[in-house]
Amino acid sequence: MLEKLLSGPKTYYAWLLFLLCVIAGCGLVYLQQLRMGLTITGMGRDVSWGLYISQFTYFVGVAASAVMLVLPAYFHHYVKFKRMIIFGEFMAVAAVVMCALFIVVDMGQPQRLLNVMLHPAPNSVMFYDMLVLIGYLMLNIVIGWVTLEAERLGVEPPKWIKPLIYLSILWAFSIHTVTAFLYAGVPGRHYWLTAIMAARFLSSAFCSGPAILLLLVFLARRLTGFDPGKDAVKTLSTIIVYAMCINVFFYLLELFTAFYSNIPGHQEPISFLFTGHGGHLAWVSRWMWAAVAMAFLSLALLIPPSLRNNHVLLPFALVMLVAATWIDKGLGLLIGGFTPNMYETITPYMPTFRETAVTLGIYAVGALVLSLLWKIALGVKREVNNFGD
Amino acid sequence: MNNSRRSFLKAAGLSVCALSGGIADVAGFPAAARAGIAPGRYGKGENALRAKRWAMVIDTRKFCGPQDYEPLVEACRAAHNVPHIKGPQEIKWFWTDSYEHGFPDDMNEHLNKNVRESAYPLLCNHCGSPPCARVCPTQATYQMEDGIVAMDYHRCIGCRFCMAACPYGARSFNFKDPRKFLPDPVPNPAFPTRMIGVVEKCTFCAERLAAGQMPACVEASQGRILFGDLEDPDSTARQALAAGYSIRRKPSLGTRPGVYYLI
Repeated sequence: MLEKLLSGPKTYYAWLLFLLCVIAGCGLVYLQQLRMGLTITGMGRDVSWGLYISQFTYFVGVAASAVMLVLPAYFHHYVKFKRMIIFGEFMAVAAVVMCALFIVVDMGQPQRLLNVMLHPAPNSVMFYDMLVLIGYLMLNIVIGWVTLEAERLGVEPPKWIKPLIYLSILWAFSIHTVTAFLYAGVPGRHYWLTAIMAARFLSSAFCSGPAILLLLVFLARRLTGFDPGKDAVKTLSTIIVYAMCINVFFYLLELFTAFYSNIPGHQEPISFLFTGHGGHLAWVSRWMWAAVAMAFLSLALLIPPSLRNNHVLLPFALVMLVAATWIDKGLGLLIGGFTPNMYETITPYMPTFRETAVTLGIYAVGALVLSLLWKIALGVKREVNNFGD
Repeated sequence: MNNSRRSFLKAAGLSVCALSGGIADVAGFPAAARAGIAPGRYGKGENALRAKRWAMVIDTRKFCGPQDYEPLVEACRAAHNVPHIKGPQEIKWFWTDSYEHGFPDDMNEHLNKNVRESAYPLLCNHCGSPPCARVCPTQATYQMEDGIVAMDYHRCIGCRFCMAACPYGARSFNFKDPRKFLPDPVPNPAFPTRMIGVVEKCTFCAERLAAGQMPACVEASQGRILFGDLEDPDSTARQALAAGYSIRRKPSLGTRPGVYYLI
């Protein structure tokens, strides 16, 4: 199936070339980081994790979200998802690749990465996180490739793939739960020390991941004419709305516990995120309020079925939903966790230009992996005439 | 194992070594950072100080202000080649801060002036249940049999999970090459300098205890900091705790800190 990568319109090659240039440019910035150390980032002693780890967290969610297609299709035999499922699985592969890269660029001594396996620490959540991510990557590559090949040959997928698919469903929940445990298990970080963290992570993942998938599928439809199917889009949008409602509800639960209990430790990170400190709005506060506005606006556009099924409005609603969840998990989670710091004082953090460049480079790697995998999938779908209704 | 396979494995091993050395060079890690580790184990000397659980009792009543702690801070820096780096990426093992910042749980607005305005030395608490060791994915941070929370700088991958987990902000990460911020020769050539990209913190001077000496800050405190075995009721530390009122930082988190403050 790899031959599908070799033919395509000029825009396809131009896109790949563009991504490679971005990767090369941002790769140079990473080389600089290797030489000078993480000092080129905005992190410090008090805010010791930043944009890299927050992006890792967000994309674990995106990876896990493939299960929102796989579960209805295989547990509930919802056949209308079958045409789109491969795109979810391949998006998960790209997302896990990004996660791995975000971890590597965050490490102070990346050449010692294998120490995690050479000196395994079963008491460390990070050890399990590495295991589940590698497992999930393998599962999605194998399942995606084998089912796509079967589709191409016009045969049923081999029987042994079924148990792997069921396993991948459970596995998807586990990767994001374990990622939440990285945060929810450490004492003294008030914003993270909450039992609902894993549930929040999953709900946020199950709305934002499918939303990104739908947006990309719409893009693919415009570029190639691939049609995911009206009903599939409708059902997936419904799943997205439910997950987003639960996500917002869970955040409101956090607000209730923090502010009704009146315990300062629980309130301070949230107050900082939304109102800043000492009468001065923090830069992240503007983002947080934008997230609130976009979250509710997206819900207003997604909850009424008449608006949700409007194909002009839907992409706008999804973009706002993705932006809102990204700000919550890709910015607020880390900044709120480290602010106030361990001395209950404020150490501001803002990603530096170079830190952002390295991050963009990894986004470009993700886009490259996704483009190549989707190119193969779209090629096969066209070949076997499974390109639309 | 037959000869050809053995020689193949040897060659393969050597090439991997050479290759990884090459990678380290490309990545800008100087050869000194890759110095080999001597085989065998470090043993304690005959006159080593031993304890079941080392603990520190700081008699803050006998210090007047941050300037009183300055010699201790400097003794620590000199003993461990801790570099002076300015700004949020600084390295510190033993430093002072206000009561409000050291003990943020105690929200008493009407503390007596003396307690409120004193300076308090902050350092690793060598917790009985250390979250940093619990989260470390490579066991680079670990608890020794005498309760000291120690670090293997050669194993640390620099993931900084320990820094997120430590509720005391006791850990520093080498964002920059620390050796560039040290004089030549370094203050204490007997203690290893660290490399870029690893975490470090107070060691309770495990290396000095092994040689029969008290920790550098304890020595410089001229009797105002007591150091002893928490499990031994006759130790100076336990006696000081029995005689005065002491507090610890954030004890409600269940970390069982081993640094006590007499106030």
